[in-house]
Amino acid sequence: MTESIVSLPRRSFFAQAGRTTLSAGAVMLLAGCAGNRAAMAASSETDINILNSALGAEQEAIAAYQVGAESGLLTKPVLDLAVQFQGHHKAHADLLAETVRDLGGAPAEPLANYDFPTADLKSEADVLRFAAGLEKGAVSAYLGAVPLFTERELAKAAASILGDEAMHWAVLRNALGENPVPVAFVS
Amino acid sequence: MPERHDGRSPLRDQRAAGWWATGAALLISVLFSVIAHAAGVANLPQGDPQRGSTIYERCQACHSLDRNRTGPKHCGLLGRAAGSVDDYRYSPALRNSGIVWSVDSLDRFLENPLKTVPGTRMGYAGVKNPQERADLIAYLATVGACGKMP
Repeated sequence: MTESIVSLPRRSFFAQAGRTTLSAGAVMLLAGCAGNRAAMAASSETDINILNSALGAEQEAIAAYQVGAESGLLTKPVLDLAVQFQGHHKAHADLLAETVRDLGGAPAEPLANYDFPTADLKSEADVLRFAAGLEKGAVSAYLGAVPLFTERELAKAAASILGDEAMHWAVLRNALGENPVPVAFVS
Repeated sequence: MPERHDGRSPLRDQRAAGWWATGAALLISVLFSVIAHAAGVANLPQGDPQRGSTIYERCQACHSLDRNRTGPKHCGLLGRAAGSVDDYRYSPALRNSGIVWSVDSLDRFLENPLKTVPGTRMGYAGVKNPQERADLIAYLATVGACGKMP
């Protein structure tokens, strides 16, 4: 993957919440539970598979924002937004990878190359629409993953990430001049 | 209303006829369902590909029609053996599932991926609404073979 346009600021998703440790323990802290690590370790391979699917999507999102940021098509405020959102995805990916490791699994590695439809990105609106589509998909993916976790604290943490992705989607829609929250329920 | 010679009420006859009609319809419906299941045809409502294209947006966190992403590409899906896209790394569970993607197998998989193929990496609860599954499958059926998409 290409080098990030910015180093991930500590003013990240977790730092904002006063959390700095990216581990399974952080998942529990994020979920507001100081709970027991043994319960986490008992989580099944299913949890690891779900976390790795989410991690793969986060890694792709990081790369996608990189493409958008380097496209030269973004005005300063939109570029700042893209960098901020990329930082969130990096925080998600770090947390997911750490949690997979804590559960005894091997975190999915980012792909060497991502096949993005770059030929279709010809304006700022195209980049915004592309990013909005990814964020909308991410909301659906987390929504589909939350009920599957055998460890409920992981479900809670995934729901927290879902909320962040939904905010990204809404802000990107707003930047496109579309209704930022078009529906009462996400699906 | 004319008087009947057998002493039975016409209203009672009408009710009996109604029960027979309902029973026959139920029997036909059950028979159809059994035959459809035996033939491997999903018992789904009629799907609308246009609605399906909107539902497909949910899949686009991980999938694309023409590119492998976190999940494999979906061009040419119907009729393809599960786990058979050359340049995608599948879970052993899906690769060895023996599934060939049809309306029926997609219906079952999409309803509950992890139950249908335990060990799949598709960590998604599924599309629980039969109409939505029908729409989604109808949309996927419109997608051409890889490299031949419009």
